[in-house]
Amino acid sequence: MAATEQELHEFREEVSAWMKVNKPADPDFLLPQSFMEVGDERQLEFLREWQFRLWSAGYLGMAWPKAYGGGGAEPVFQSIADQEMRRHNVPICFNVIGLGWAGPLIKDIGTEEAKAKYLKGILNAEDIWCQGFSEPDHGSDLGNAQTRAVREADQYVLNGQKIWTTMGNFAKYMILLARTNPEAERKYDGLSFFLSPMHVEGVETRPIRKITGEYGFTETFFTDARIPLDCLMGEEGQGWKIAMQTLQYERGAEAGAAGGLSMIRVTVQDMLDSLQGVCRDGEPVLEDPVVRDAVVQAIMEEKALMLGLRRMGIGPLNTDYPGSIALSSKLRASEVTRRLRQLAIGLQGAEGGLYVGDPAARQGGFWQRAYFNSFSATIGGGTSQVQANIVAEHILGLPK
Amino acid sequence: MNLIGHTELRFTEEQAMLLHVAQEFCRNKSPAESVRALLESDVGYDVSVWQEMTELGWSGIALPESCGGAGLGVGALVPVVESTGRTLLASPLISTALAGQLLLRAVGPDKAEPWLSRIVGGAVATVAWLESNDWGDSNIKVTLDATGQLDGQKRFVSDANAADFIVVPARRNSEMVLAVVSADMFPESALTLNTLVDLTRRSANFNCSGIRLTPENILAGDAVEGALADTRLLGALLVAAEAAGSAGACLDTVVEYLNTRKQFGKLIGAYQALKHPCVDILMELDSARSFVYHAATVVMDEVLNEAAEAACRMAKVQANDVLSYAGDRAVQFHGGMGFTWDCDAQLYIRRAQWSQQQFGDPLHHRKRLAALLLD
Repeated sequence: MAATEQELHEFREEVSAWMKVNKPADPDFLLPQSFMEVGDERQLEFLREWQFRLWSAGYLGMAWPKAYGGGGAEPVFQSIADQEMRRHNVPICFNVIGLGWAGPLIKDIGTEEAKAKYLKGILNAEDIWCQGFSEPDHGSDLGNAQTRAVREADQYVLNGQKIWTTMGNFAKYMILLARTNPEAERKYDGLSFFLSPMHVEGVETRPIRKITGEYGFTETFFTDARIPLDCLMGEEGQGWKIAMQTLQYERGAEAGAAGGLSMIRVTVQDMLDSLQGVCRDGEPVLEDPVVRDAVVQAIMEEKALMLGLRRMGIGPLNTDYPGSIALSSKLRASEVTRRLRQLAIGLQGAEGGLYVGDPAARQGGFWQRAYFNSFSATIGGGTSQVQANIVAEHILGLPK
Repeated sequence: MNLIGHTELRFTEEQAMLLHVAQEFCRNKSPAESVRALLESDVGYDVSVWQEMTELGWSGIALPESCGGAGLGVGALVPVVESTGRTLLASPLISTALAGQLLLRAVGPDKAEPWLSRIVGGAVATVAWLESNDWGDSNIKVTLDATGQLDGQKRFVSDANAADFIVVPARRNSEMVLAVVSADMFPESALTLNTLVDLTRRSANFNCSGIRLTPENILAGDAVEGALADTRLLGALLVAAEAAGSAGACLDTVVEYLNTRKQFGKLIGAYQALKHPCVDILMELDSARSFVYHAATVVMDEVLNEAAEAACRMAKVQANDVLSYAGDRAVQFHGGMGFTWDCDAQLYIRRAQWSQQQFGDPLHHRKRLAALLLD
């Protein structure tokens, strides 16, 4: 039976009260703004503890089955919990590949054994998951992945290399896209999907030092690594289809994801707040006419994104270029985010040249680091340029 | 500051129905050859099409039922105007609707009733907004003396040539009044047609000097100044809606060409140098339509609040920017064809230049948005 308005309201109050009491104090180091920024053990342990606390309180995996560590509730409860997390600006739930990719997939199409083995560890942050899709030579062209998985008796033998493995050095499991059939007519049909253990012989990770100076990704090398047959998800050749299925969980708890914040949103308002006390020509920076115009344009970009999400749900206002808002949203959101962060640094005055580590850096160098990190979204998951091709071809019908 | 996060956007069944009907009507009544044929005509629009539009009730959509209108508010006019922009359908709809809004907001439905009823009945009306070259100059110099005689000049009066009456904001001593001047009250020589960059438009300078009005043609009251300011914002919104429509049509034109023209052995649409700007246009157009329909959601029959003001200004900024960009790229991407009169790209680049100068250009509105959002 569907929850009543009253129940939902009371639940929201309850979560809000809990967040108020349990929101962790800021540590003396910068916390990651997204799961792609977990660079060291301190950050990892902090976030692990926070996720465990959320789960223990019953605010994570609320709509997953009780038998596997979930709450067995309607998804709307998790959505409300997520909204309250956003409102109270609490830290992220860092185990994103588990919570939002592998977990819902296992819950929806996994075997009974897989569910029992993996789901609870995803929720309570005991088992960290990573994703092995991208390869050095096939960044935006995922369907062309070349890492091989060859069936030998009761095992698959893995050989190849993945890159941009988020938390690869911390992860216990990887969702892996590998080629089981190099002869397949369509490149996509040769791919298979694995739930692959990281702690086996022949799997090595090498941390990648990012543009920020921190760590967060690894390269992952497979050299005759042997994994059990039951690591295969679905059938051989279904890898592409399954990989695409994971994308739908981006829509949050209602779509099957466990919940929790995967990234901290940074808004124009945050930028305005960050500019307190900054002067230009001896006057407050926001009184400078040229700056004001730049800020107005940033506000409009941010607002256009939000309005687009509203308009997207109104059928009659989407007949001209159906699907355009949805298909361009990653491109737009990542670019708007990048530009905002760039602007924020530009408006800081001479302090804009400082970086994390300098005691005078504004907000500890938050914006400088955030700007550099924003490229992970304009490059990762298909670069903006590839995204533009996709939109041009699928929405405008332009030729390849 | 709250204005930043204001993202209300609703679309009623009435609006959806109007959009559907208007899209079909405009497609049927304004094919490319009709648009071209009207460019060189005197009046600038097809009188019989305009009559059909008034019979459909479009000039009264936002007027009260007591005057024969539909009482649906300006938000309901937006999908219609967007549709006319989509096919470059020329008509005095925006001018007439704004004249109605100004009178309604200035003196209320009872006092404005005689004029509003004429509008609902099919009359063409317009407002003489400008005296100078500057939308930021709201100083009105045209005067109305004690005998009811006007003195001064108005510039750029849209659709003045076709208007059954022109609403003339004027100063009577220190008070702002609206003089409603019927076409039979001035000689044809009072109008001097402008040569416009957008040939789907008509406007004229209006010499008001010597026109004498009887008291029933003079509307005054405390609400006049506020009504002038609000109706200008509504003008910005309606022109924005129309520009968004035209930008969509422009994008279609470009995409069609990129899908047919071959160079160096392949369709030119395959080149990213052409493809990516088209995606930029699409995304900016998506934003423009979102702002336009956000503004259509928050404008009201009452005095406009800050949220409505910000929304109208943002709609104008975004819609003009995308139409200017789209029109400019449309010419370039058509190559040599784009440089010719026969290529439709010229219609859009011309519309863009004209449209951005109505009710303040994007810089005008961004300057005011800064004050609204940051002070």
